[in-house]
Amino acid sequence: MKLKLKELRKTLYIFATEKTIGFTLISIFLGLVVGAIFLAAAGFNPFQAYWVMLLGVFSKPSYISYTIIRATPLILTGLSIAFAFKTGLFNIGAEGQFIIGSVAATAAGYFLHLPLLIHIPVVIISAVLAAGIWGGIAGYFKAKFGVHEVISTIMLNWIALYFQNFLIYTKGFQKPGGETSYSIQPTANMMILKTWKQSEAGREWLLQHPFWKDLLRTPMNWGFVIAILMAILVWFILNKTALGYRLRAVGFNKFAAEYGGINVNKNMIISMFIAGALAGLAGALQVVGVSHKVTLIAAMEGYGFDGIAVALIANSNALGCILAGLLFGALKYGGTKIQMFPVKAPSEVINIVIGSIVFFISIPKLIKVILTRKNKKEGTK
Amino acid sequence: MGYENVTQSLTKVIEMKNITKKFGDFVANDSVNLDVFKGKVHALLGENGAGKSTLMNILYGLYSPTSGEILINGKKVDITNPNIAIEHGIGMVHQHFMLIKPFTVAQNIILGREPISKLSVLNMKKALKDVKEISERYGLYVDPNAKIEDISVGMQQRVEILKALYRGAEILILDEPTAVLTPQEIIELIQIIKNLTKEGKSIILISHKLKEIIDAADFCLIIRRGKHIDTVVVSETDEEGLASKMVGREVSFVVAKDHKEAGEEIFSIKDLIVKDNRDIIAVNKLNLSIKKGEILGLAGIDGNGQTELLEAITGLRKVESGKIMINGEDITNNTPFQVISKKISHIPEDRQKRGLVLEFDISENTILENYYKEPFAKKGILQYNNIQVYAKELIDKFDVRPREESKMARTLSGGNQQKVIIAREVSNNPDLLIAAQPTRGLDVGAIEFVHKSLIEQRNKNKAVFLISFELDEIMNVSDRIAVIYEGKIVGIVDAKDAEIETLGLMMAGGGNK
Amino acid sequence: MIETILSNIALIIGTTLMYSTPLIYTSLGGVLSENSGVINIGLEGMMVIGAFAGAAIGYFVGDPWIAFIGAGIAGGLFGLLHAFACVTFGANQVVSGIAINFLGAGIALFLSRMFFEGATMTKSIPLDNKMPRPLNGVFPDGSLLNIIFDNQYATVYLALLMVLIIWFFMYKTKYGLRLRSVGEHPTAADTLGINVMRIRYLAVIMSGVFAGFGGAAMSLAIVSNFRPTLVSGHGFIALAAMIFGKWKPQGALLACLLFGGAQGLAVFLGQFDFEISTQLISMLPYVITIVVLIGFVGKSAAPSADGIPYEKEHKN
Repeated sequence: MKLKLKELRKTLYIFATEKTIGFTLISIFLGLVVGAIFLAAAGFNPFQAYWVMLLGVFSKPSYISYTIIRATPLILTGLSIAFAFKTGLFNIGAEGQFIIGSVAATAAGYFLHLPLLIHIPVVIISAVLAAGIWGGIAGYFKAKFGVHEVISTIMLNWIALYFQNFLIYTKGFQKPGGETSYSIQPTANMMILKTWKQSEAGREWLLQHPFWKDLLRTPMNWGFVIAILMAILVWFILNKTALGYRLRAVGFNKFAAEYGGINVNKNMIISMFIAGALAGLAGALQVVGVSHKVTLIAAMEGYGFDGIAVALIANSNALGCILAGLLFGALKYGGTKIQMFPVKAPSEVINIVIGSIVFFISIPKLIKVILTRKNKKEGTK
Repeated sequence: MGYENVTQSLTKVIEMKNITKKFGDFVANDSVNLDVFKGKVHALLGENGAGKSTLMNILYGLYSPTSGEILINGKKVDITNPNIAIEHGIGMVHQHFMLIKPFTVAQNIILGREPISKLSVLNMKKALKDVKEISERYGLYVDPNAKIEDISVGMQQRVEILKALYRGAEILILDEPTAVLTPQEIIELIQIIKNLTKEGKSIILISHKLKEIIDAADFCLIIRRGKHIDTVVVSETDEEGLASKMVGREVSFVVAKDHKEAGEEIFSIKDLIVKDNRDIIAVNKLNLSIKKGEILGLAGIDGNGQTELLEAITGLRKVESGKIMINGEDITNNTPFQVISKKISHIPEDRQKRGLVLEFDISENTILENYYKEPFAKKGILQYNNIQVYAKELIDKFDVRPREESKMARTLSGGNQQKVIIAREVSNNPDLLIAAQPTRGLDVGAIEFVHKSLIEQRNKNKAVFLISFELDEIMNVSDRIAVIYEGKIVGIVDAKDAEIETLGLMMAGGGNK
Repeated sequence: MIETILSNIALIIGTTLMYSTPLIYTSLGGVLSENSGVINIGLEGMMVIGAFAGAAIGYFVGDPWIAFIGAGIAGGLFGLLHAFACVTFGANQVVSGIAINFLGAGIALFLSRMFFEGATMTKSIPLDNKMPRPLNGVFPDGSLLNIIFDNQYATVYLALLMVLIIWFFMYKTKYGLRLRSVGEHPTAADTLGINVMRIRYLAVIMSGVFAGFGGAAMSLAIVSNFRPTLVSGHGFIALAAMIFGKWKPQGALLACLLFGGAQGLAVFLGQFDFEISTQLISMLPYVITIVVLIGFVGKSAAPSADGIPYEKEHKN
């Protein structure tokens, strides 16, 4: 028996300490345990709460769709931050880049009148460029003036927020009587089967097909597919191209990169541009796919900050961002379900779970220490 | 007379008995014994990585031994942290100085034992007085109000010694104390050591330099790969005797090298002025030229503008004025990228900071300057097959171990990391190869390899520029020797005619122009 | 005319002090933590939990000082958590700090819903139970001093006093010397028998305490309750102020005053019926900060060992 335990500990040790999915999974599990402790301490049944969450995510096609819709922007902001991390930069500015992306998308979607197949790409490209430049500004400030990107992006977030609010109060953009902008033209709308599902024939067909009816109830759109393609693209750029080599070299050791003839400043700007573009894409997809407009915001909405957690849970791996984004989307969407009957627990427990997951991810040594406590006398290097 | 007889009448202040220290499976110290006597200098000799520092860190309470015991003045002690070592009168001057750069000399000396008035408020007046008192008593003059970052390395070493004396040290451990000093400063240090022993202090001198052990030490413990080899009376042996014990075989001090006639001038520097990070002129109207097929050695003490000179040549630092030319082309203020394309390669001073991306594997590191070129990349896409083939080739040719191109650079030993860099730089087939401190921290085998590579390059009729703080290395490897002092070349001599005394004098600024 | 200008200036000074105060506490916290060598990006989360604890204790207990201290303790507990990860387990300090931000917001709102009938906003504290205003009514009505100081809460004066105390502590006492030595060169400090771990623990815990004070300076003084958007980013701004202030308490103070001043100016300009939108004026503090940073030449002066976990090598 004792031998088996030792064996088990050894397996767990390898599983947990290789900085792999295993370690991440253990952290996620521990994060859920912490959440359960909070729920239990507050007098709720954690098993019931998690069960309700699980049902709330998977039990209906529309739930799954909502989860995916929630996850889409987080995958992209996560990618934005992960990309910057890989190149040695900390992009706290995904929040603001997201805002700039959605504002630019709304403007291009409302003011331009273009044919259907051209309009969406134009909208997305303008948003990506605008947000890329917004991110690039922080890179430029760092390269040219040595301004730490953490500070400049924090400031740029707020400037972006007030800029959006400013535009919302601008005549011609503000929808009269509301604290929102005009909605984008139908040609810029990326919702799947949007016109059909509201048409008579569509409604009739859906009435007979409850599965599709439930699914199409949601603002299902192509955003998730684009996010996955982006993750693959980012992975490819980082790992398979000369540009990626350059960026990674700068990220790991900018002194060696400089010595090797790589222009560190230029690559810092490129990296922040790409990071900004990814976060801007998240904002654009949110507009063309879900909200179709921008609204007055009083405080940060958290797409960028949640993206930090996504990137950290994914260990800055581009493909990992898809899974981490989905996990995050599921927790966030499922979390709203426990607020309701029958659990009626505070949905903020989700933030506690997420915080705990990130916390455990920050301390790989903890698990190592727990698992090797008994071997301590032998001493490990 | 033998060690036993000589030491019979002496007072033992420290006995380290059968000290063994393991890090995991690695045995850093294997049953090592060390005795230290009052008023005597005991040297600790061994190659890099032989376990000298580990043994001293155990004595100083930074590591605890896996087994073995320590006696101080005949009493068994358990030194679990530096505070206890300090209480027992042990002081240590680390090889990498343990000084806090933005602090003043006095602040560094009193740190941890601060004179205070009420409410833990620092009493700097008393601190200055105390520092002055001990510095005068032992003849170790320093400016207590100067900041560490503004004083010379030799001064910093005095501060380190004062730190130990301030804490009432009776036994001083000096870890590789001469590595950063000029020949003249070494003489001064040896004098300081003699003064201290006269006052009854005992010294443990860690070194891998034979000459200074002969000059300064009474006894010498030799360890090799963690094992206790022998303890000898220094006056009864010589350099060769110590060396063969240290390395475990006969060593020749001479680098095998045929005479070779140098060709035409290929690289030149004219009236170069470069500033350092603090905007002070570090390279001051420096002139230099290197010919094809020669190794020019640059001798000098750390901090005389070598780093700035190198960075200016390689495009890492701005040139204020002057000219740098290679193959008739002006490369002043070129970017590193342009410099590399002009066929200059560079083995950097700090291999972990500049030379390698430690998180990249060996193969990725071998293409650091060429990653975008065919065959390594086509249309911006990396060609991993070609990269691997190339890396394997270099690994074979330069005997990098382990022979796995997918090994992360971080996991390699210092010698193998250096081999990767040399492989990469030499394979660029440069017209000028710059080698800065290429053997720092390497063991004897790796040093021989590095020297051989440099000489090979010269034999291929390429120019080699060697910068080193180790005068022996400069004298053994170079064809011509230039001496740098305060950013200027103060003299150039043929290696055949070079004498250590004159070079030493020039390095200290006493040279003739 | 001159009188109007003067009273306007007085008004701006008054709002500057008000807005700077929470930032001052929090950035002092940052100064302590980072000078010991631990990056604290979790100041935001510590501020949130402090703001909540202050508001909640203030509401239930009624004594603002007990509430203020309670907020410090709440922040300190999060500091302890951060220290546990960073000092004992050599965590990636940025990652741990991000985790603290999620945890701070999550736990504050969770508890708010538990204690305030499912609301994420705590109930208002009556004016009498808020922080006292020591100079309220001391100066004659309408005088400049009255405009500046009449409505300032005790937290404002305490913050300024704290800057002085922390400055004295860091540069004039032996513990300050030790704190800085640990942030610059922990190995050197260790060889002199200074307990690196203990100093870092204390510094990080105290940084949480100060961030907690910063949060409470909002919820117990500037407003009278806690709500989810109350802190919204001020912890990050305090962090920026600390970096901007070159990791020194006096520098952080100036940076916080600059930021508070820009905010005060924005509020002042906002009361006029300008052609300029209030939204654009609200950008002012952030734009000014960036502009100043660009103009402000000189390398960052972070403590050398900031962000690097200290590990005693294999002391088995």
